[in-house]
Amino acid sequence: MQFLTTVLLDGLVYASYLFIVSLGLTITFGVMKILNVAHGSFYAWGAYLASIAIIYLGENEYNSMFYYFSIFMAAIVAGLFFGFIIERFILRKMYGEDIHLIVLATFGIFWILEDLILIVFGADPLMPYYPAMELGGLEIAGVYQGVYSLTLSGLAVVVAFICWYFLKKTKWGKLLQSVIFDREVSVSMGINVTNVYLITFIIGGMLGALGGAYVAPTISISPGFAIDVVVMSFAVVVIGGMGSVPGALIGSLMVGMIRAFAVHQAPVLELFIIYAVMAIVLIIKPQGLFAPPKPRKI
Amino acid sequence: MFKGILKDQSVQTSIGVIFILLIFGSFILPEWMSNNFMYGMSRGLAVLGLMILWRTNLVSFGHALYYGFGAYAVALCQKFFGVTDILLRLLIAVAAAGLLGFALGFILRKYREIFFAMLSLAFSMVLYGLLAKAEFLGSTDGMSISPSTFFGTELGRIALFNFIGLVVILAIIFAQAYLRSSLGHLTTAIQDNEIRVEYLGYSVEKAIHIKYVISACLAGGAGGLMAASLGQVDPDSMVLWSVSGELVFVTIMSGLGNILAPFIGAVIFEFIRTYAFEWAPQAWQMIIGGTLLAIIFFSPGGLWSLFQKLNFLRKKNNE
Repeated sequence: MQFLTTVLLDGLVYASYLFIVSLGLTITFGVMKILNVAHGSFYAWGAYLASIAIIYLGENEYNSMFYYFSIFMAAIVAGLFFGFIIERFILRKMYGEDIHLIVLATFGIFWILEDLILIVFGADPLMPYYPAMELGGLEIAGVYQGVYSLTLSGLAVVVAFICWYFLKKTKWGKLLQSVIFDREVSVSMGINVTNVYLITFIIGGMLGALGGAYVAPTISISPGFAIDVVVMSFAVVVIGGMGSVPGALIGSLMVGMIRAFAVHQAPVLELFIIYAVMAIVLIIKPQGLFAPPKPRKI
Repeated sequence: MFKGILKDQSVQTSIGVIFILLIFGSFILPEWMSNNFMYGMSRGLAVLGLMILWRTNLVSFGHALYYGFGAYAVALCQKFFGVTDILLRLLIAVAAAGLLGFALGFILRKYREIFFAMLSLAFSMVLYGLLAKAEFLGSTDGMSISPSTFFGTELGRIALFNFIGLVVILAIIFAQAYLRSSLGHLTTAIQDNEIRVEYLGYSVEKAIHIKYVISACLAGGAGGLMAASLGQVDPDSMVLWSVSGELVFVTIMSGLGNILAPFIGAVIFEFIRTYAFEWAPQAWQMIIGGTLLAIIFFSPGGLWSLFQKLNFLRKKNNE
């Protein structure tokens, strides 16, 4: 029983932050058909900006509400700044090119932003533990769990709800769906697709950065820590179906739970099992488990 | 298939260039320079494999799978059977990667575009997951490899360098013979229209499978030679997805135009990395990333297309 609770809680926390990060990736792919390797850089920049702010606030003993404010600000700043630069000056010139070339270009951007972190923030690890320490922990069915990590799951639920509401209930969401369905027809209907792409990319980047910023207080941040997250969120997105929002949810829950189980039961298989699942899903159902059905166009 | 291959112009050029390189590397160049040539030529084999795949518009984002598999095959054979002979090492690496490629090829030959890339990425990360956690394989520290021998005598650095050069020449002859054969021409046709190829009476999947195994063998050989020349294998620098990304990057940097291009590209990449690391140890990745973006934007045909442009200009002036 205790083992089960541990695995469920661990898995849930891990799945929550994977979901936030992968949601950004899957939205970018769904709308722009771009596999963004540089998504990991958003994650890293969000985490670094938030850490710097939190460490400053914590050392000067500011009110703890500022922590959360700074986390969201870090996500918004990182997403807006890098999202705008990358989309406007690099990706916009590449639409219609071979998809592999675009992936490579984002890979180049990833390299550049990785070193920019090293130059700006240095190589020393940062540990912005203040918010996590302040909230303490509690016991659930005999298992100790940090409260801060649990709020992460709350955030994931809120993000999922906002995303659903936005896509299904607002005018903007409908515009987005029509762009996903057929770019050219949307242009001829008078939708400014260029702007839609820019905004989508920025929002995707913000989500990646939010994942990094919010998880920062629970981990130690050092250069190169985003390299695992890139391919992990790729796994989530591929398992769930590229471009599918419910797919990202299910995919991250699956990966989170499987990983938590492996960590506690067979640590040797931790990485192996995640990618094995990814490979199996690709073999059985290459479009992913929850890929949106592809309309047949004539 | 091999008829008249030695009269092929690009094979002749390649052999000439590599012989000159071997002579320079053996007698004149300083050690660090010839080392870069050695690593570049070894990696070039893997890049050649990717280039052959790319000609059918299949881009593998997991070719480090075969690269690392070849390297680890060499390491394991040394650990359990004491194999240090360089010829055996090369054969083991090529055979191991080839067998793995043959097995996975049955699945991968049905995939195209981004799904092909993603599935090969998944396979390579499966191997990474195993190697990075396996205690008896040294987990993330990897394993060290003793110097190679050749029929009992220990190979020096220069001898290894020359051996790698000869392997590269053989690989170039073989790859060019393949690309000139009807099977090789077929794969370019597949890129244009798969259905038409099927109607002509060829099996598209079989052609892709053969191509995939060749490409896996080349990458495996590259891994084996790299392990022998570095004296060290580890998952982070041989199997991780970023290594696959690097290989794809070198492919696009070299261009798909010529059989020699992958080796030139791989050597240039080694030099960029060495210099970038020396001048700006904190920003060498940034320099490489910037190079990648610059090539994609300004010279999508790779460095080879620059050579061709130069040739073209020269011809124009002569006229």
